[in-house]
Amino acid sequence: MNQTRRNLLHASAGASVMALAAAAGLVKSGSVYAEDWNKAAFDTKSLQDTVKAFGGAAAAESKDITITSPDIAENGAVVPVSVSSKLGKTESISILVEKNPNALSAAFDIPGGTEPFVSTRVKMGQTSNVYALVKADGKYFFATKEIKVTLGGCGG
Amino acid sequence: MADPMKIRASVQGDKVVVKVLMAHEMETGQRKDSAGKTIPAWFIQNVTATHNGKTVLSAQWGPAVSKNPFLEFRFSGGKAGEKVVVTWTDNKGDKRTDEATIS
Repeated sequence: MNQTRRNLLHASAGASVMALAAAAGLVKSGSVYAEDWNKAAFDTKSLQDTVKAFGGAAAAESKDITITSPDIAENGAVVPVSVSSKLGKTESISILVEKNPNALSAAFDIPGGTEPFVSTRVKMGQTSNVYALVKADGKYFFATKEIKVTLGGCGG
Repeated sequence: MADPMKIRASVQGDKVVVKVLMAHEMETGQRKDSAGKTIPAWFIQNVTATHNGKTVLSAQWGPAVSKNPFLEFRFSGGKAGEKVVVTWTDNKGDKRTDEATIS
């Protein structure tokens, strides 16, 4: 009886401390080091799961997003990918590789005054669809392009 | 301490084009060494670029960004002679900040 009561007290005290810490911004999801790293999103395996991890409902395909990359990447360890969006109020751009162990490669926040364009280089384990996921005006949109890889980037 | 970033920022039309090359291993945590042990993940998680104290780009990266990452972006409102500051933080807590003058 006493034991249960103690456990209960302990549990509730612990929970409230966590709640306070979270409210004060002391505890954030993901790594202890990262200021703001969305671990849940980086653990996802598919486009729609990533959208959910970002807090969206579903993503619709859009022709206003352009992915610029080679059709065939000789070296999967270094695949240049550029994404630009013509959607109004573009808030963020993410790059996903469908067949990588974790789909999400990079997520960029685009503040006002910054062009909705990013260019970077990603690793691809094998030939795969690459998605550009754009958040615009609170909604999610995507475009896709298949990039063929002749030499994988994760084998070492 | 990590090696410095190479940052180029130049005015092109009404935009400032920023190109950044960072020096980082970007280890995925998927590879194994010759003894068959998994090499722990080591990669840049957060990147922030500021101009006159205003954030012009912030990014969260996973381990699938290539080794020695390259990043290009464009923003408006910058003039030649002003500075662009880029900071990254990796999953080991290592940090690096470099700046470049817009040309």
